[in-house]
Amino acid sequence: MTEPDNLSTYVLRLADDAMVLGQRISEWTSNSPNLEEDIANSNVALDYLGRARMLYAYAATMLNTTEDDLAFMRDARQYTNLLMHELPKGDYAFSTVRQFFIDSFDVLYFEQLIHSGDAQLAAIAAKTFKECQYHVRRSRDLMVRLGDGTDESNSRMQTALDELWGYRHELFMDDELETELQQQGVAITRADLQPKWDAAIQDCLTEATLSIPEADWTVSGGRAGVHSEHLGHMLDDMQCLHRSHPGVTW
Amino acid sequence: MRSVSETVVPIKAHSQHQQALRSLAPELEQRIMTLLSEVKDPELPMLSIQDLGILRSIGWSCDEQLVVNISPTYSGCPAVEAIRVNIIEHLANHGYQNVLVIEQLSPAWTTEWMTEQGKAALKAHGIAAPLAHGCSKPVPVSGLECPQCNSTNTGLITEFGSTACKAMYNCHSCFETFDYFKAF
Repeated sequence: MTEPDNLSTYVLRLADDAMVLGQRISEWTSNSPNLEEDIANSNVALDYLGRARMLYAYAATMLNTTEDDLAFMRDARQYTNLLMHELPKGDYAFSTVRQFFIDSFDVLYFEQLIHSGDAQLAAIAAKTFKECQYHVRRSRDLMVRLGDGTDESNSRMQTALDELWGYRHELFMDDELETELQQQGVAITRADLQPKWDAAIQDCLTEATLSIPEADWTVSGGRAGVHSEHLGHMLDDMQCLHRSHPGVTW
Repeated sequence: MRSVSETVVPIKAHSQHQQALRSLAPELEQRIMTLLSEVKDPELPMLSIQDLGILRSIGWSCDEQLVVNISPTYSGCPAVEAIRVNIIEHLANHGYQNVLVIEQLSPAWTTEWMTEQGKAALKAHGIAAPLAHGCSKPVPVSGLECPQCNSTNTGLITEFGSTACKAMYNCHSCFETFDYFKAF
């Protein structure tokens, strides 16, 4: 494997985000609260898997390796996804709030990334942006239905909001590597997206009769490979087949 | 199956395949296009890859490979992989062995590239064809024409259906459910 440079590191970050959240969403397949949601979760997970594949395949050409090795042969410390993506699926309220936070971010992010100076990233972003628009309509709709639902659903949604609130900061953190890539016209500035994201969240929470949590806090570390204890367990499950049978194909 | 799929290149960096293709002689081009029109979407077998709008171009690469450029539909759609294999197999069965199928990501595939013939074939098989707008608009909650009885007294069941590309509807006139191929 070639030594990673800024661009391949950046592509891997986006790939890991998609892979890890896609795996989490797929945990609802056959477990969702109703059939329509089960199908929707499976479809959305597939979109994420497809996105991860496009990005891993691109990174693999730069790193002289394969997409499978990148997805299945790296340990938790080598994964660079943002922490919000790896958290266990929790109850349906938790998964819904997480999905809405990330969908709302992704529509803003990939809409901008379409203008990346890197042609392959721009092409992947254009496909991803189309899918994100379907995703965010569904997760926003669920936010309102569950938030403005029963006392039980409202209280679970508010709890999920409180539990996820401090993870949102990491979405908007630009480190040195991404800043350099932004100056080269490849990456986009995360911090610039926050006002629009905040407005979209506030707008939805009002409609969903939910409140912005009072307590704010911050956790970060995903980009440096410093994860919650949950990622390792998830990767065990996800990578077990490939590691037990190297090179296995259908 | 395995030996065929092994000849398919993995999805590679777009930029590496931005080589100029030489056009085929008109007669050969027509023959290849006819053969390609016989390759169907495995999940929607009433649609050829041309009807679906994913066949972008064909030509010779600089090292004399016959190149078929296709646009993937949804990024995780398993049909695309099957279509790639089917293209290689079908052309091989007709004597064209040295074929390279390239997934061209940009410009991104849109249902606006679906042919009128393709839309008619969908309707004939009970699937409502995509409306002429992209994915920025939600699928209609009501009023979509039922492909079986043409009533517009219909309602959305779910925006995510049996495959990534479809939503599911109920017809309140003929009481059948039907799929809608979403605008994308």
